[in-house]
Amino acid sequence: MTAVTTHRTAEEIGRTAAGPRALPALGETREVPLPDVVERTLPNGLRVLAAHRPGVPMVEVRMRVPFAGRTPDHPAVGELLSSTLLTGTASRDRVEIDDELAAVGADLGVSVDPERLSVGGSGLADGLPRVLGVLADVLTSATHPDGEVARERERLAERIAVARAQPRTIAREALQRKRFGDHPITREMPGAEEVAAVTAEQVRALQAASLVPGGAILTLVGDIDPETAIAQVGEALAGWTADHDAYELDAPPLPAPGDLLLVHRPGSVQSQLRLSGRALRRDDDGYAALQLANLVFGGYFSSRWMENIREDKGYTYGAHSGMEFVPGGSLLGVETDVASDVTAAALLETRYELGRMVAVPPTPEEVEAARAYAIGSLLISLDSQGGLAGTLTSLAADGLDVDWLRAHPGRLTAVTADEVAAAALAFFAPSTFTGVVVGDADVIGDSVRALGGITGP
Amino acid sequence: MSGSRVRVSLVSIELHRATLPNGLRVLLVPDPATPVVGVAVHVDVGFRSEPEGRTGFAHLFEHLMFQGSESLEKLAHFRHVQGSGGVFNGSTHQDYTDYFEVLPAAALERALFLEADRLRAPKLTEENLRNQVDVVKEEIRLNVLNRPYGGFPWILLPPVLYDTFPNAHNGYGDFSELEQASLDDAAGFFDTFYAPGNAQLTVAGPIDVDTTMALVDKHFGDIPARPTPVRPSFAEPLPGAERRQAVPDAHAPLPALAMGFRMPDPATDLDGYLAHVLLASVLGDGEAARLERRLVHADGLVTDVSASAGLMGSLDARDPDTFTVTAVHPAAVEPDRVVGAVDEELEKLAATPPSPDELARQVARWSAALHQENDRVMYRMLGLGARELLYGRAEITLELTDRLAALTPAQVAGAAGALRGAGRGVLLVEPATQQEDDA
Repeated sequence: MTAVTTHRTAEEIGRTAAGPRALPALGETREVPLPDVVERTLPNGLRVLAAHRPGVPMVEVRMRVPFAGRTPDHPAVGELLSSTLLTGTASRDRVEIDDELAAVGADLGVSVDPERLSVGGSGLADGLPRVLGVLADVLTSATHPDGEVARERERLAERIAVARAQPRTIAREALQRKRFGDHPITREMPGAEEVAAVTAEQVRALQAASLVPGGAILTLVGDIDPETAIAQVGEALAGWTADHDAYELDAPPLPAPGDLLLVHRPGSVQSQLRLSGRALRRDDDGYAALQLANLVFGGYFSSRWMENIREDKGYTYGAHSGMEFVPGGSLLGVETDVASDVTAAALLETRYELGRMVAVPPTPEEVEAARAYAIGSLLISLDSQGGLAGTLTSLAADGLDVDWLRAHPGRLTAVTADEVAAAALAFFAPSTFTGVVVGDADVIGDSVRALGGITGP
Repeated sequence: MSGSRVRVSLVSIELHRATLPNGLRVLLVPDPATPVVGVAVHVDVGFRSEPEGRTGFAHLFEHLMFQGSESLEKLAHFRHVQGSGGVFNGSTHQDYTDYFEVLPAAALERALFLEADRLRAPKLTEENLRNQVDVVKEEIRLNVLNRPYGGFPWILLPPVLYDTFPNAHNGYGDFSELEQASLDDAAGFFDTFYAPGNAQLTVAGPIDVDTTMALVDKHFGDIPARPTPVRPSFAEPLPGAERRQAVPDAHAPLPALAMGFRMPDPATDLDGYLAHVLLASVLGDGEAARLERRLVHADGLVTDVSASAGLMGSLDARDPDTFTVTAVHPAAVEPDRVVGAVDEELEKLAATPPSPDELARQVARWSAALHQENDRVMYRMLGLGARELLYGRAEITLELTDRLAALTPAQVAGAAGALRGAGRGVLLVEPATQQEDDA
């Protein structure tokens, strides 16, 4: 099959005269260089975080506004607000806004979810005043023009149709309903008919009522002087005010353990397994131990679950477990996509590996590997302006700061194997999970139901 | 605005090169400011080089390279990288396959050891081959078969635009051909294409050049030289006219289309190629881009539209590469209206070159994007390594902003005119009737 007519056999290729070699030791570990973060709360209630991280002449911008809904139409109106925030102000139209940003190599994007509205982007560092000028313009005088709202309404309906054809969206929506019932946290995507009913007036009214600075966070990381940058923010956003704080989402009731719900998706050639249990928040004393227990189970490639169902059985391309924070709580998610004909087998192995976390706790070697990965991958994730900006913003929303980040490798280092075993016992017992299985029930139904703990069609 | 805002500071990056006696090319990229080191091996074989009857083999082989080597049992590679605090991956492109890890700098020698061991003596076994065929099939089900617009346009468009097997076939592979792959195929593929002289090693991070070069020599130096394969030309004639093909998609709720055009050879006409890169930005990057304004907003023809110079990204393949325009549109809009509007915008640009300001804004966005690439060791290393392997000049990355800034409106207009003149492939994705109600 190749240009070479004679080649070595696979066996010949896999050995040399010298034989196997020893793995080199690790060298000296370098300190994690985290910059100081200057934090200031402006008179309008906006918290501003700024950090000097040179390297490239860029600045990363992240803004996060608590944005809980107070009416049933909130998800649809909020999505349209997000789609039209950058499409017109008292002084600029959509193209002029984009031109103004592009002039300094900048991009801004807006997104919304049940908890918050986020504006994020980046630009050349010396263009920061211009980016802040655009941000101030849209926050204080966005007009959500009738024509833009009408066009984005059509596009949004089309995009929702595309998103709801994705198996991951179908599985996510089923999981959220299973975990949280009809709590607003489940309203991640509005219905097409709800979007069609939204008027430009409603969008403008929502911006006036809910896109407000009190309780919001703006983070700037890059080749900037933090004090100067904060002064520029203060000047640019002084006119953004409101007489109340932004609306925080109420804590949802945390899910109870229970059967997995089988959800029928006709014609599916794969099934989505989505299991969920409880976890801990970052400020909990047990968080670091749970983080390591999660890595050992399914939090990285070298985990028990991944090595079993991918590298041994070939049931999946990927399997992942991780923690997801919600208001007032934290949840463990266990997620994989597998071929229809091995769905029951993959579910069986998943329950087996969950049970094994309890019955055969992580070994000292497993804990050491997870610890090295947790510390090293944290270092890598923070080694860019964007990574640092994102992490600082999500920590700040939880009331944590860069000191928490600096101390976290130490906390991970201090965790003992016994503490990891205790976390495994508390959080990985198969009986503590709930969740969904999405797939073609005509193909997978009989075998997954036979395993027990399944409800649905 | 003024073009002088575009600062080019990438030139401060130092590049150090060497070639080992066995032919392995080495590129070292020191950066004292980061605590993170990256090691990448780029091998000069991609899915265009896989043999007929073995579609998907280059990618399958990439998976096998993670399955163990003489000094490393199955699973050991992953465990050693992650147990050293690092992350890893590999990917298969048209003309190359890359393998890399990014780790705390303390693990530099370990990473070199891991890469050298599999380039010297990978452990290719029947059991691992069968296991990875299953894993790759799951990857294809996840990314192609079980979702809307799977393989759009990178798998679906090439067979419309190209005639020859290397350019036209599915790089993910047909299930039946993946299942037929044998251990002997793998041995032959390795011996042919994974010779040290057919590979490029890139190391980036807080490294001392002399020390690192000595470590490279220590771990890679005794891999015996083997003949390197003669790289075939994948050139084929321009299509000359339009070719059109429709494919059904059982999961897609809306129709989609892709237009594919040929581009200049980046090895012989880099500025011509880059004019297409800048044209793609003028057409599709941002709310002010030509196709966004016309198709999405003025005419309301499409939900989303994008333009890209390069099937898998710009400067990611040798000739021939593909310029694409893709759009998702409502069923009520005839595809020809979308194609016609794209044609008109291309003709407008060809007849009336864009203003220098319009180009300067797109160059500023490119400059910013390149800075962001440079801010992460992983992307900096992969970008430099790929351009060094493909074009012999990692410097292209460093010079890119300046070269884009130096392009004239007439050159970009010329690129638009070239797209209108050389024929093209048009792929239509048509939603197949779904039977959601049968349940």
